[in-house]
Amino acid sequence: MARIVGGIGTTHVPAIGKAIAERKQKDPYWSPFFDGFDAVHGWLARTRPDVAVVFYNDHGLNFFLDKMPTFAVGAADLYRNEDEGWGIPVSKALAGDAAFSWHVINGLVADEFDVTMCQDMLVDHAVTIPMALMWPGEGGCPVKIIPISINTVQHPLPSVSRCLKLGRSVGRAIESYDKDLRVVVIGTGGLSHQLDGERAGFINKPFDTLCMDKLASDPEALTRYTIPELVEQAGAQGVELLNWVAMRGALTGRVAELHRNYHIPISNTAAATMLFDNIPVAQRKAA
Amino acid sequence: MHPHAIPGTMLFEGDLARKGLPLNRMCFSFNSAENRAAFLKDEDAYCAKYGLTPEQRAAVKSRDVLAMLKAGGNIYYLAKLAGIFGLNVQDIGAQQTGMSVDAFKEKLVAAGR
Repeated sequence: MARIVGGIGTTHVPAIGKAIAERKQKDPYWSPFFDGFDAVHGWLARTRPDVAVVFYNDHGLNFFLDKMPTFAVGAADLYRNEDEGWGIPVSKALAGDAAFSWHVINGLVADEFDVTMCQDMLVDHAVTIPMALMWPGEGGCPVKIIPISINTVQHPLPSVSRCLKLGRSVGRAIESYDKDLRVVVIGTGGLSHQLDGERAGFINKPFDTLCMDKLASDPEALTRYTIPELVEQAGAQGVELLNWVAMRGALTGRVAELHRNYHIPISNTAAATMLFDNIPVAQRKAA
Repeated sequence: MHPHAIPGTMLFEGDLARKGLPLNRMCFSFNSAENRAAFLKDEDAYCAKYGLTPEQRAAVKSRDVLAMLKAGGNIYYLAKLAGIFGLNVQDIGAQQTGMSVDAFKEKLVAAGR
């Protein structure tokens, strides 16, 4: 059976893509962010996942505002990136696992998450940058991906509680997949930031800290925030926290925080990286 | 007053999404380099092709981000327009807050202290 080895949360700011292309990882501005991935690289080398399920939000590459699914699941064997119009280099295509995607889709719809199914799906920087951060270098990304897009752009957005439940449903689907695969679950975006309006540049370190503190031990605590309250606390684009909440929901075992890096600012954003261990229930019982 | 009014912040809800559709559709087209070049070559014609409202056209012409937001522009799409002029999110953050770019960047750094 497939097994969830752990979860990772990471910021996906477009400027990171540019910094990678220009090899600025060791520049004083960038190193406090990039150095936070050393622990993640070590963990990935040890756990060797085969598949990455990636919760993210599309920023106007695959989806336009004319048709905006609340939840969309990729079901392709290949995901291309294209020009996003803001000057970051186009990334190499990423391999998918369509059969596994369909298993996840079947599980989600059986659980009453009526998702949009995408056999043809472009993935934007919210997928490609995290992959490049986790598997840097020319070798590229060794895992196959299952991208799951959450609408964090056009209100009304799904609630925190709904995204936590979405993640849990995905976690159950992964663990019921009859193939011996190791799966890492990734949530991208955030943490607090706001790009638009007179409040542009808003960052909320205490709220980010609270979110990071609650994710491993008590993600339910975050469900008390309505979406407008989340916008108020995390910033208009800080609602990308929903992707992290879904990631956390998918970790069905005993969850422990293994690593955290938090740095302000990267571009206009409070940048965060977190790594979570997921000890499967069966293993826990045996212990 | 909206029951969830947050100072200096608009929720991109249905009313704004409806209003902003022509402007956002034009900005979505800027994913293509060919379209970005066409906009630069003849801005009036390009905006006319997408049916921008007079309010949207005036906001784009004056490069006024807050006016574009009020006209229904969504920031992720407006950022594609800003990219045509070589402006990043610190530049447009500075414009929206009435600060210099250096002061805006300092405000971001200060948020980490």
